[in-house]
Amino acid sequence: MKKETIPSGVPAKAYKPLGTKAPGTGVWSRFARQWDYQLMILPSIIFILIFSYIPMWGVLMAFKEYNLFEGFAASPWVGTMHFRMFFESPEFWSIVRNTFGISLLKLLIGFPAPIILALMLNEVKNIVFKSIVQTVTYIPHFISWVVVSGLVFSMLAVDNGAVNEVLVKMSLIDKPINWLSIPEYFWGILVSVGVWKEIGFGSIVYMAAIAGIDPAMYEAASIDGASKFKQIFKITIPSIAPVITIFLLLGVGNILNAGFEDILLLTKNLNNGILMPYAQTVDTYVYQMGILNQRYSYATAAGLLKSVLSVLLLYVANTISRRFGKASLW
Amino acid sequence: MKSSRSDKIMHGIIYVLLIFLAFITFYPFWNSLVISFNNGSDTALGGVTFWPRSFTFENYNIVFKEDNIFRAYMITILRTVLGTALSMFFTSLFAYGLSKKGIVFKKFYMIICIITMYFTGGLIPYFILIYQMQLYNTFTFLLIHGMVNVFNMIIFRTFFAELPDGLEESGRIDGCSNFGVFFKIVLPISGPVMATLGLFTAVGLWNDWFTPAIFISDQNLIPLQTLLVQIINAGATASLMSNLNSYAQSLVQNTVTVKALQMATMMIATLPILMIYPFLQKFFVKGALVGSLKE
Repeated sequence: MKKETIPSGVPAKAYKPLGTKAPGTGVWSRFARQWDYQLMILPSIIFILIFSYIPMWGVLMAFKEYNLFEGFAASPWVGTMHFRMFFESPEFWSIVRNTFGISLLKLLIGFPAPIILALMLNEVKNIVFKSIVQTVTYIPHFISWVVVSGLVFSMLAVDNGAVNEVLVKMSLIDKPINWLSIPEYFWGILVSVGVWKEIGFGSIVYMAAIAGIDPAMYEAASIDGASKFKQIFKITIPSIAPVITIFLLLGVGNILNAGFEDILLLTKNLNNGILMPYAQTVDTYVYQMGILNQRYSYATAAGLLKSVLSVLLLYVANTISRRFGKASLW
Repeated sequence: MKSSRSDKIMHGIIYVLLIFLAFITFYPFWNSLVISFNNGSDTALGGVTFWPRSFTFENYNIVFKEDNIFRAYMITILRTVLGTALSMFFTSLFAYGLSKKGIVFKKFYMIICIITMYFTGGLIPYFILIYQMQLYNTFTFLLIHGMVNVFNMIIFRTFFAELPDGLEESGRIDGCSNFGVFFKIVLPISGPVMATLGLFTAVGLWNDWFTPAIFISDQNLIPLQTLLVQIINAGATASLMSNLNSYAQSLVQNTVTVKALQMATMMIATLPILMIYPFLQKFFVKGALVGSLKE
């Protein structure tokens, strides 16, 4: 092999001779040398390729008339028929309204709730009281939606349900209300239960962010005579703003995930017909059409539309945030 | 430093609100527990709130006698233990390999992983795949569903990448292979990360009712949470109760009510989590924080 001279100004280590194939520098021989590390990686990569990437390719069935018994290849192409059918379906506009309505409501109430809780907990000086409140409010996050739905049915029951009992005792209502039979109340119930379940756990990150604020700032503020209330708005909230921005971004990116498990369970697997005009979202519709009615291609089309829109939304939210010089997800 | 009057008012309001929040979080659990220990027909009269009025073990007796519930419980436990072990094993090994410098195709592997965080094929194509792979209606599927978790992999990888090089060097001097280094040296010091991620995986598997509801049609193979949905949704109709022998018998004999049995079943599905929670709260809280980092 001809010996090459290393050009001056290039560090000897970084210089790689062009066009030479010294033994052991090629990709595959390096691969062979690190076979054990590759063996750690490859099973998982294959797993992901099978269980995540085949379904990604499978979304093409949205453009076919998929038949479970004929298989993917034998099913005929139908173009955008299923998308058009979805747009023209009588449920379409109520699905759009519910998905955005429930999501926005969840964002509007469910997003600030943990921040407010963290701000309130931060003002509590009694350690025992504080840790009791924290311990109790974290719990619902770890309880399954199944059990939570059971608790909701029990609390909202017409016969001896705690909510009705209290409201009747306080004379706010005359007689018990069957809460889950009135479609107009469904969004409110869904959002309240969501806040109830996640407020404590969601506050943890904000508590951590608040703990990182320099106490000297508060001392300086109180010497200047700023009230506690003013300190919250002038010091605490601006200090945790980056964390808030990141979570707001994620919230916007998730705006099409209006809810799934919670809706399925609170409508008794979509069987509560009275509620459905206000409860049907894209996700529940995909489930109903695809799994329950076995209209695979049609459901995939609706689901694909949602996935693509979701990615787009996250991208837009992130770009806007970046433009304002705030946090970015990537 | 004296606190002003407005500060005192604010603190008063905060304490009242926090007590209210803690109460409305705690009460539904407590009330359900109370009802599960109260005589069913007595509960139906109303007014059972903080304490059982007519204490009984009857509801739990019936629940524990029910074969279907016992079997579902076993499936839940088996799935949680094996599923968590499998997931932790493959995910940590995956992360360790990717944490090494100079791995061929590393960038390609990472891109493959990260795309799955933003885009998925969705429920239906996944359902079709599982059906075609003949994993439908198998316990194997319940174990491997979501086995390799990209979020957890990234957290593991960050942890492994920060380990000092000297640590692994000592293992190599002792003649360990790279696998040996991972199992004998790296894993034993990954306790806290392993515990946190393992805990969240385990809770997720324990609470999962939806995957089995869709992918398992054999009533003998469904876990407790999925069975619980059926029991809750059955409500007052005794249709489902034909499947549950001891439930049906006891309802016929009119000793208990559907509600009392629902509550007792709900409690046995929840108590394991409520019982480990105080001891592992540290890890649960840590999980919330790594969770925010990965996002």
